[in-house]
Amino acid sequence: MTVFEKPKALTDKPFHYCPGCTHGIIHRLVAEAIDELDIEGRTVGVAPVGCAVMAYDYFACDMVEAAHGRAPAVATGLKRCMPDHIIFTYQGDGDLASIGMAETVHAATRNENITIIFVNNAIYGMTGGQMAPTSLPGQVTQTSPYGRDVATVGLPIKVSELLSSLDAPYYVERVAVNNVKNVRNAKKAIKRAFQNQVEGRGFSLVEVVSSCPTNWGKTPEAALQWIDEKMIPYYPLGVYKDRSKEEEQA
Amino acid sequence: MADKVLMKGNEAIAEAAILAGCRHYFGYPITPQTEIAAYMAKRMPKIGGVFLQAESEISAINMVYGVAGAGFRVMTSSSSPGVSLKQEGISYIAGADLPALIVNVQRGGPGLGGIQPSQSDYFQATKGGGHGDYRLIVLAPSSVQEMADMTAKAFELAEKYRMPAMLLADGTMGQMMEPVELPEPSESKVEKPWAVTGTKKERKHNIINSLYLNPEELERTNFERYERYKTIEENEVLYESYKMEDAEYCVVAFGIAARVSKNAVNAARARGLKVGMIRPITLWPFPKDVLAKAAEQVKGFLSVELSMGQMIEDLRLATACRRPVHLCNRAGGMIPSPEEVLDALNKLKGECEA
Amino acid sequence: MAKVSFSVDLCKGCGLCVSACPKHLLVIARDKINQKGHSPAEITDQAACIGCAFCATMCPDCVITVEK
Repeated sequence: MTVFEKPKALTDKPFHYCPGCTHGIIHRLVAEAIDELDIEGRTVGVAPVGCAVMAYDYFACDMVEAAHGRAPAVATGLKRCMPDHIIFTYQGDGDLASIGMAETVHAATRNENITIIFVNNAIYGMTGGQMAPTSLPGQVTQTSPYGRDVATVGLPIKVSELLSSLDAPYYVERVAVNNVKNVRNAKKAIKRAFQNQVEGRGFSLVEVVSSCPTNWGKTPEAALQWIDEKMIPYYPLGVYKDRSKEEEQA
Repeated sequence: MADKVLMKGNEAIAEAAILAGCRHYFGYPITPQTEIAAYMAKRMPKIGGVFLQAESEISAINMVYGVAGAGFRVMTSSSSPGVSLKQEGISYIAGADLPALIVNVQRGGPGLGGIQPSQSDYFQATKGGGHGDYRLIVLAPSSVQEMADMTAKAFELAEKYRMPAMLLADGTMGQMMEPVELPEPSESKVEKPWAVTGTKKERKHNIINSLYLNPEELERTNFERYERYKTIEENEVLYESYKMEDAEYCVVAFGIAARVSKNAVNAARARGLKVGMIRPITLWPFPKDVLAKAAEQVKGFLSVELSMGQMIEDLRLATACRRPVHLCNRAGGMIPSPEEVLDALNKLKGECEA
Repeated sequence: MAKVSFSVDLCKGCGLCVSACPKHLLVIARDKINQKGHSPAEITDQAACIGCAFCATMCPDCVITVEK
């Protein structure tokens, strides 16, 4: 019996990601969720600008490539004209938390019934390793060569915390994909974010703390350790917003 | 024949869009076109349509991009500064070969400019506006009736050629009330096998995209698009020719400027000056051939514009500078009076006969 | 009996499966090279595999299929 194989919701196209980049794991988790909920035929994904720009080639469902940061707006359009379809975006930290912050916050506050997979690896990967809104204090990048100086460029944005301050969004959780246990939790969160949409619950965002070995200048294994040592202490994992809990209590 | 109703230009656009089967509107308030959004906000929920006030013009046009990708008739509207913000999305819509309608009820610029009527977005509308090689079909109505008719036409052309179309009006046209006979209801008749409506696991996935990392492939899409543009230039040019049969001078004007100019043409004729007018209705494709032909007939041209002179460049190109081309213009929200146009015509005559 | 198989030519040799294996059965085959030009991962002792799929869970490139 096969206990583990490539999900059907992925195409046969090999990922272009660098060796050890955990984008591939997150793609797989999204595809597993789509398979398990049996929604591939009515799902439309929205790809970002950034490392995952070619996500449209990897997911077997219909796909739209959005302009940088605009995926939540594009997804809003898709969902509003096809309310029974399942619409998700897959976005990085530059895309979602920098240039697309307005689109993100407003989709959240409309409780738009879409699913957002937000990959936070604290750096701009595609352009070669520049500072992201989520780069850690002191983190050396191409555009913060002396380390992120919080006195001049401020502190990182904690997207899950920020969005959970809004009343409207249904579900916000932060997970990581740096070890087997965390990947399994990430899978549960991602599946739930899709399940919420199937049930018409509203805006569901999963922030996935991910690695960028190439631009962090680390081996794939060391990059996963860095997530444990540096990223997770700054970006604690957990459920930040869960209106199903609030509704239970009410 | 349907009864005429008295409507504001902006409202005529909105109702005509609904009659053309548009059930998705995304916009952001800006003077002087907000009536379109207000009208849609009122009507869409009653007819099972979608009105959504976006967080920005940028979001609005990207919502349009999403709906257009799914193959539905969709529109947004704005005024000059807001249309500047939409340019990114328009470029993507053009690059992904999607049909959509963008309405620009122009106001004075640059920058925040003013809220009075203008035609100073002519370059932006007809020369591309955003980045990359692309065109918009640009329709320039000059009456409330045409605002309604051209809205329906814009949807049709956008779908026929899989590209964004723009209705280019101005503040006066938007606010003006006139009797209008609303167009018959219509709907999309174009098959859209490319739309992202879900694979149903019955076909390979569709991808709405404008990214091509292979330059040869990207070049091919550009050439293919320009082949389509050539067809449009051959088949879709619209213009009005007014008293041109025996004209010795030709006024060229569109939109509100054409209404003023028509009065000036009549006044000139009353004074014995043989003047006619060619009014481009499609600004792109520009009525090049009819103007080139007019250059064989008339002694000079007068471009009347609510800008510092933008269409005049296309006029000079179309007529290959074979005749003098003068400009009669006001800017910043001012409209030339028929007297000013008449004065300019007399000056043109003076120069041509000197 | 559990069995892991590798789509060798998809492997980028990142080694995340190697460190995930609780039985330390996986290695990067430094003496081999796949179509992509990477040294791929492989299993040293198929019989000792417990089929936990930790390796496949951590593989970013869907290289590994696990049967039990």
